[in-house]
Amino acid sequence: MILFIGLRVYGKENLPKDKPYIIVSNHASHLDAISLLDIFPLKELKNVRPVAASDYFDRNRSVSFLSHLLFNIISIERKIVSKHTDPLAPLKQALDSKQVLIFFPEGTRSITGELGTFHSGIVHIIEHYPELPIVPVYLGNMWRSLPKGEFLPVPFFCEIRIGKAIYPKGDRTDELNQIRNSIVSLKGD
Amino acid sequence: MNLSISQRAGVIVIGLLVLASFIILVLKNIYPGGQWEGLLQRLKSWWIMASIFFIALVSNRIVSIIFFGFISFWAFKEYITILDTRRADHRALFWAFLTIPIQYFWIAIHWYGMFIIFIPVYMFLFLPIRQVLAKETTGFLSSTSKIQWGLMAFVFGLSHMAYLLNMPNAAASQSNGQSLLLFLVILTELNDIFQFIWGKTLGHKKIVPTVSPNKTWAGFIGGVLTTVLVSIFFKFLTPFDMKATLIISFVIAVSGFCGDVVMSAVKRDAGVKDFSDLIPGHGGMLDRMDSLCYTAPLFFHIVRYFYY
Repeated sequence: MILFIGLRVYGKENLPKDKPYIIVSNHASHLDAISLLDIFPLKELKNVRPVAASDYFDRNRSVSFLSHLLFNIISIERKIVSKHTDPLAPLKQALDSKQVLIFFPEGTRSITGELGTFHSGIVHIIEHYPELPIVPVYLGNMWRSLPKGEFLPVPFFCEIRIGKAIYPKGDRTDELNQIRNSIVSLKGD
Repeated sequence: MNLSISQRAGVIVIGLLVLASFIILVLKNIYPGGQWEGLLQRLKSWWIMASIFFIALVSNRIVSIIFFGFISFWAFKEYITILDTRRADHRALFWAFLTIPIQYFWIAIHWYGMFIIFIPVYMFLFLPIRQVLAKETTGFLSSTSKIQWGLMAFVFGLSHMAYLLNMPNAAASQSNGQSLLLFLVILTELNDIFQFIWGKTLGHKKIVPTVSPNKTWAGFIGGVLTTVLVSIFFKFLTPFDMKATLIISFVIAVSGFCGDVVMSAVKRDAGVKDFSDLIPGHGGMLDRMDSLCYTAPLFFHIVRYFYY
């Protein structure tokens, strides 16, 4: 993986020592979650959980089985099915057992590599865990290697830029903006 | 001890590296200061690159060919990463990368005819069609030329080094493909170094100020003359007589310079300083291979025409 894609990781020291925390990142490729898992040592992988949409990753049994088995995803509903169930409950459960969540607030893969609008799911989590470190990450060139709608990856050099943890404060829109801006500032230029 | 001519060249290169290390360390002791650190880093990278190169070259032919294939792959990847490519080029780029193992496969099976036309004929005709099928015409021509120029320089051009290894013993001399390859690589890299040293120390009149501000006319001429002079010491690697050695090393020196500035122009266009940070003190793979993209095919065809 590292040899083929040529993954370059910057700012690994910014990852908090203590779990739990949430990694928030832009999303443009199926390589995103795999690459982010790649920066963790093997024995910690069982505690790192990419958050995925169940309508996509649980669309059939084999996809669901493989993504749960290989990438240890937590699948959540993108749409609220009923008012009585909390779609974020599995995430809270994972955080309570000190696991790291990988979160893509755009909710879907960007087609152009630009950062899309953020959905508010993440701030609902923050409301429950105000002291939780949010680690912003920018993933560069992943969308060129394996864009949405393609299945053959092309080896570009890809980047993972990890920023310092932030603790968003304010109302929901403020918090969302703070998270988004922290990723934009990692992107640079 | 009886050394083959390629082994003798290896000993000379090690000697040169020892000498260069010694000179820099002595200078550093006489004039202490931070200005030597960059140079020492470059030198350390030279030691590593030279070791890897000799190991890859002496192990066996297939390992050497895979080694050069990997260089092409890495160089093409660095090149394509710094460029803007369109989303519609994805499939074409996939095919472009697939070209690399296929091109080196022709070399491995000694199929000269296919090796020489596969990229300029078959791939160059096929890739635009693959791009047309992606139904995006905006930026079509610029995108086609980016991909094709990359294949030309870093796959087609560099693969000539690997094909040199297929060449048998030249008539009436000890030299073979391996020693010719050594002659080419050693002189090209020495020329880079001489151009760098002379460019730093001599002259004010710039050759191509918009592309490469460090290149001066005096530096260029000094570099070429030094390379031509030094080539005499490496004549034993080749079947050339004295006149041919001087002419061919002149071609290597001038075309090496051309490769260097052409790749600088690519970097300028893409707005980066180095292709990557793979080799400390040097930049990326391409920052080291740029001259060889030009010298390798020229040297190969001159030698093949006149000596085989």
